[in-house]
Amino acid sequence: MSERALLLLEYADDELILGWRDSEWTGIAPSLEEDVAFSSIAQNEIGHARALYELAARDLGTTADDLAFDRDPAEYRCAQLVELRKLDWAHTIARHWLYETADELRLAALKDSDDEEVAGLAAKMDREEVYHRLHARMWADRLRDEPRFQEAVVGLWPYAAGVLPEELRESFMDIVPGPGPGTGPVERGVHSDELRPLWEEMTMVRRSIAGATW
Amino acid sequence: MTNAAEFLEYVQSGGQVETGDSMPDEYRAKLVKFIEMHGNSELMGVLPEREWILRAPTLQRKLALTAKVQDEVGHAQLIYRVVEDLGKPRSQCLADLVSGKAKFHNVFHYPTRTWGDVGVIAWLVDAAAIISQKALLKCSYAPYARIMKKICWEESFHILHGRDVILTLMNGTDEQRELVQEALTRWWGPLMQFHGNPIPREKDPMYIWRIKSQGNEEARQQFLDGYVPQIWELGLTVPDPKLRKRDDGVWEYGEPDWDELRHVVTGHGPKTQERLELRRRMLEQEAWVRSVVLAEAA
Amino acid sequence: MIFEVFRQEKKGAPFTHAGSVVAPDATFAQAFAHEQYGRRQESVALWVVPRDAVHEVTDFHDELEKTYHRVDGYSLKAKLKEARERASASSS
Repeated sequence: MSERALLLLEYADDELILGWRDSEWTGIAPSLEEDVAFSSIAQNEIGHARALYELAARDLGTTADDLAFDRDPAEYRCAQLVELRKLDWAHTIARHWLYETADELRLAALKDSDDEEVAGLAAKMDREEVYHRLHARMWADRLRDEPRFQEAVVGLWPYAAGVLPEELRESFMDIVPGPGPGTGPVERGVHSDELRPLWEEMTMVRRSIAGATW
Repeated sequence: MTNAAEFLEYVQSGGQVETGDSMPDEYRAKLVKFIEMHGNSELMGVLPEREWILRAPTLQRKLALTAKVQDEVGHAQLIYRVVEDLGKPRSQCLADLVSGKAKFHNVFHYPTRTWGDVGVIAWLVDAAAIISQKALLKCSYAPYARIMKKICWEESFHILHGRDVILTLMNGTDEQRELVQEALTRWWGPLMQFHGNPIPREKDPMYIWRIKSQGNEEARQQFLDGYVPQIWELGLTVPDPKLRKRDDGVWEYGEPDWDELRHVVTGHGPKTQERLELRRRMLEQEAWVRSVVLAEAA
Repeated sequence: MIFEVFRQEKKGAPFTHAGSVVAPDATFAQAFAHEQYGRRQESVALWVVPRDAVHEVTDFHDELEKTYHRVDGYSLKAKLKEARERASASSS
C-alpha cells in the first residue's frame, strides 16, 4: 500500500471512529442545545472520514464504504484515543479538546502538502473544523477548574500525543504540556481492546447479509 | 379577554394567541399538557432510533440517520422552550417524564429489532406524526404554530430518508424484503392506534380550543389514504384482512386495540421502563454539567 | 439564560425571529444557535440577543382616525376630474 493511502487511511480511521464515538451522545447529551451542536460535530467527522476514504479508495480500487466497514479490526490504523468508550461528559469533552488541538497541527501540515488533492481536502476540512475548535475551547474554558475535567485531560494526554507523528509532538506539548516525565505517548500500531466490540456493533447490519446494498 | 366564552369564539374564528395574552386557565393547562407530551415524544422517540446510528451499514445512512435523530432532539428543544415560556420549566418537564408522571406517544414504547424497523419508522411512523404536525400549523397558540413550520420542514427530509431506505431494501435480496415485511407486521398495530381513539372532534377539547385543527379519525384516514397505496404497490402485506377503501373514499379497518394503547401510554409498554431508566441515569450522571456549566437548577 | 435568535435567510433579506436557546453565556448561545438554526445552511447570518435586551412594545391605538397616515385617506378622483375638466375648458 502506498504512503499516501496509509496516511489517508490513518486519518480517515481516526475521524470515523471518533465520529462513531461522538455519535453515541446523539439523544442523550447533557442539554438539548448541546446535543444538537455535538451531533453536528459527529456528523462532520464522519463526513471527513468519508472524503478521506474516497481519496484512498481511488488509489486502492475500492469504495469508501468498503474501507470504512469491510476491513478486519486489526487492519484499522486509528489511534487509541478515538477508540476509548467515554460515555461521561468530562472525558468526552477532554478527548474532544485534546483531539481538536492535536488535529489542528496535523491539518496545518497537510494543507502544506505537495499533494494537491490532499492539500485541497485538508483546506476544506480545516474550514469545517473552525466550529469544532470554537466548541472545544468554549467547553475547556468553562471546565478548566473542574476536577473531573482536569483528571480526564491528564489521563487522556498520552493517547492524544499518540495521534500525532513525532515531528508535531513538540508543538502539541507547547499547547498542552504533558503530566510529567515518564508519561510517554501511546503509539499507533496497537489497538485498545475497545476497538473490536465497537467494530462488531458498527458492522453488524452490514455483515448480516453479505454483498447487499443498503 | 379573560372571558372564556369570548376567548373561545375568538380562537374558533381563527384568532391567534401570543405568550403574553390573557387566556383562560383551562386553555393554558390543556395547552401545556398537549405541547409537553409532544416534547416528551420527540425526546423518547430518539432512543429507539439512536442505537441504529451506531449500526448503520453505510456512511451515507449513518449521516442521514444521525441528522434525523439530531432533528428530533432539536424539535424537543423548540417544543420545551414553548412550554417553558408558558410557565413550566424544562427541568420540571424532564423530571415528570422520567418519573412516569407525564406521557409520551405510544409508538416510542416499542422495541426496534432490525434495520427493517429503521426504514418502517422513518417511512410510516414519521408519516403518521407529520399528518398531525401539519394540522398543528394552524394551532391557535401562535408560538407553537410557528415552531411547527421548522419542524414540518425538517420532517420532509426524514420522509425522503425513510423512503430511500425502504426502496433500497425492497430492491435488494429476499432477506432484505423480509426485513421490511416483518417490521411492517409488527408496527401496524401501534400505527393504527397512534392517532388516538375516534372521539368526534366536536367532543375533543383539543379541537374545541383549536389547539388541534383536525380530529383523530380525520388524521387516521389521511394516513391510510396516503400510505396504504404506497405499501401495497411495493407488494407488502398489511396484517389487517378488513382493510379496504370503500367507494365513498372512506377506509375501513379492523378495530385497533384501544386497551393496548391505554396500557402502553400509561407506562406499561415493552420498552417504557428501560428507556425512562436510561434517561434518568443520564440526567443524574450529567447533572453536574447542568449545574456547573449551564447554570440550571440541578 | 434565554437568548433570542434572529436569522437571515440570504444576503439582503431581513433578520427575522427564529426562536430561542438556553445557554450560560453569549459564547455558548452563539455556538448553540449556529447549529439549531444553521446546520442545513438555511441561514447566512444570525443575531443572538439576551432575552432581557429585547423590549416588547405593544401599545398601539388609533382612536381619532388618522386618515392622513393611510393610503385610503386620500380621495383624489373627484378633484382630479374637476381639474382636468377646467384645464380642457380653458384651452378650448
